[in-house]
Amino acid sequence: MKRNNILVGILLLALYLIVELGIRTGIIEPFQQVNLFLMGINIILAVSLNLIVGFTGQLALGHAGFMAVGAYVSAVLTLKLGQPYLLAIFAGAFAALIMGIIIGLPTLRLKGDYLAIATLGFGEIIRGIIVNIDYIGGAAGINGIPKYTNWTWLYLFTLFTIFAVKNFVNSTHGRACIAIRDNEIAAETMGINTTYYKVLAFSLGAFFAGIAGALYAHYFFLIQPVTFSMQKSFDALVMVVFGGLGSITGSILAAIAVTFLNAALINLGALRMVIYAMLLVIIMVFRPQGLLGTKEFTFRTLLRLKERGTANAKD
Amino acid sequence: METFIAQLLNGLSLGSIYALIALGYTMVYGIIQLINFAHGEVLMIGAYAGYFAVTILKLNFFAALLFAMVVSALFGMIIERIAYKPLRRSTRLAVLITAIGVSLFLQNGGLQVFGTDYISFPQAIPRVTYKFLDGNVTITSHQILILLVTIAMMLILQYIVQKTKIGKAMRAVSYDKDAALLMGIDVDSVISVTFALGSALAAVAGVLLGMYYQTIHPLMGVMPGLKAFVAAVLGGIGIIPGAMAGGFLLGIIEALVSGYWSTTFRDVVVFGLLILILIVKPVGLLGKDTREKV
Repeated sequence: MKRNNILVGILLLALYLIVELGIRTGIIEPFQQVNLFLMGINIILAVSLNLIVGFTGQLALGHAGFMAVGAYVSAVLTLKLGQPYLLAIFAGAFAALIMGIIIGLPTLRLKGDYLAIATLGFGEIIRGIIVNIDYIGGAAGINGIPKYTNWTWLYLFTLFTIFAVKNFVNSTHGRACIAIRDNEIAAETMGINTTYYKVLAFSLGAFFAGIAGALYAHYFFLIQPVTFSMQKSFDALVMVVFGGLGSITGSILAAIAVTFLNAALINLGALRMVIYAMLLVIIMVFRPQGLLGTKEFTFRTLLRLKERGTANAKD
Repeated sequence: METFIAQLLNGLSLGSIYALIALGYTMVYGIIQLINFAHGEVLMIGAYAGYFAVTILKLNFFAALLFAMVVSALFGMIIERIAYKPLRRSTRLAVLITAIGVSLFLQNGGLQVFGTDYISFPQAIPRVTYKFLDGNVTITSHQILILLVTIAMMLILQYIVQKTKIGKAMRAVSYDKDAALLMGIDVDSVISVTFALGSALAAVAGVLLGMYYQTIHPLMGVMPGLKAFVAAVLGGIGIIPGAMAGGFLLGIIEALVSGYWSTTFRDVVVFGLLILILIVKPVGLLGKDTREKV
């Protein structure tokens, strides 16, 4: 196990260095760089949404709203108040977390699917409020945000998100969330405070969405209320479902695949979402746990596949 | 005072449209506990069906309305058959995600088929403006029509649910699905009929919305759909009179906010209201507390 960890560490460092080198030498072109950044942001969004939808079983559709909170709060801090970037990122994330608690507490203590509508509504509330505040540019948005996000920041925060969610899921708290997903009544009977854990998972997801928003704002230097439309929330949901409800590595792979697909299908317009939506329904009807299900993609499964391959070859 | 009456009238026409949409939500929720996210898109299809009925088939307003209702009802039933029925025994989450998928499919399919432009909705009924109170308050023939059609639809629905055999079956299924099945009720067809009824009402709402705003668009159902859900929750989800009351109330609140404060805060207030009602009285205004069965 220890050796595995070291191996993973080396691989992650190698990945970082290779991409950094690629950017420095210009092998990775600007268009590819944009997609690379979108990929990182999508991974953060998908993994954090998976914590809410996949691991805790609550349908949240307001990730774009939390992203907007993170983006605007951090942009105001760096651009208008001249605060350091790291502080701005965490301030944005904490603002999103607090919004998560405000939305989550009234809706998640109830049985039923109120969260889905409340989060959809929340996305609209946030956009409605932003449009009305002249200080942050109203409908025109904030322009000229310093471009602080580089590959190092993105990589670090993507890894931070992945490892934080992974460790959360494998902790007592995470187990409680999974128990709630599998059977809420049974979980309650076992003494789990279901409201507490649902709100915890939801606001934690919002926290990471806030980070994604802050990274986004400081890469594309222009944020507008229309940037954070419902479509973004749905994109994140598509990634979670494709990857598997309850699979972190699944979300990562799906986020990468969807980013590539988005770039490739950019000319299709609405047809792209028609295809995604159809896949969403088909997956839910035939494989409701998502493509990978709750399985994680690890080196061990790779090795096992290889062993099976050699065993089959012997036969 | 004049502004108040004017906004009240606006709110009543908008509210009746919300009430019609909310009825569909609440009936489906009452029977299979599903938030039918695609409901707003069924409304959009109804509006387009009405549009084509007037422009291409040259039907008069009421025939076009009927045509739209039939098209939407069929659509609702097809959606239920293809997307929701196979998931009758899966988790709630799977069904909800499917509903989102269907909604996205219809939204973007609509954009693909009908184009992204706003189409002006034909004025099948001449628009006459009546003035009273020294001309300070006006009411259009369309507003009157919206209100009258809505009331007629509600009466018909109330008759179907309370007095007919299928209505009785619907109430039985919503009360206890398994017991209804044991009593020999064909639950599947009752669910189909519920979707058909709700979708037909959505079509009416779609056509009326087209008349109210005078344009239609593939994404026209998204916001009214969401708001109508808020209306359904406001009145008490699963309760038919609750959806009517919630719809009217929400329409009036929205009109008053636009009239006295700002139109841009309209949506903020509506969704803020949802959060508020979930904190204060989650069962809705007309809902009763029920104990949870394990």
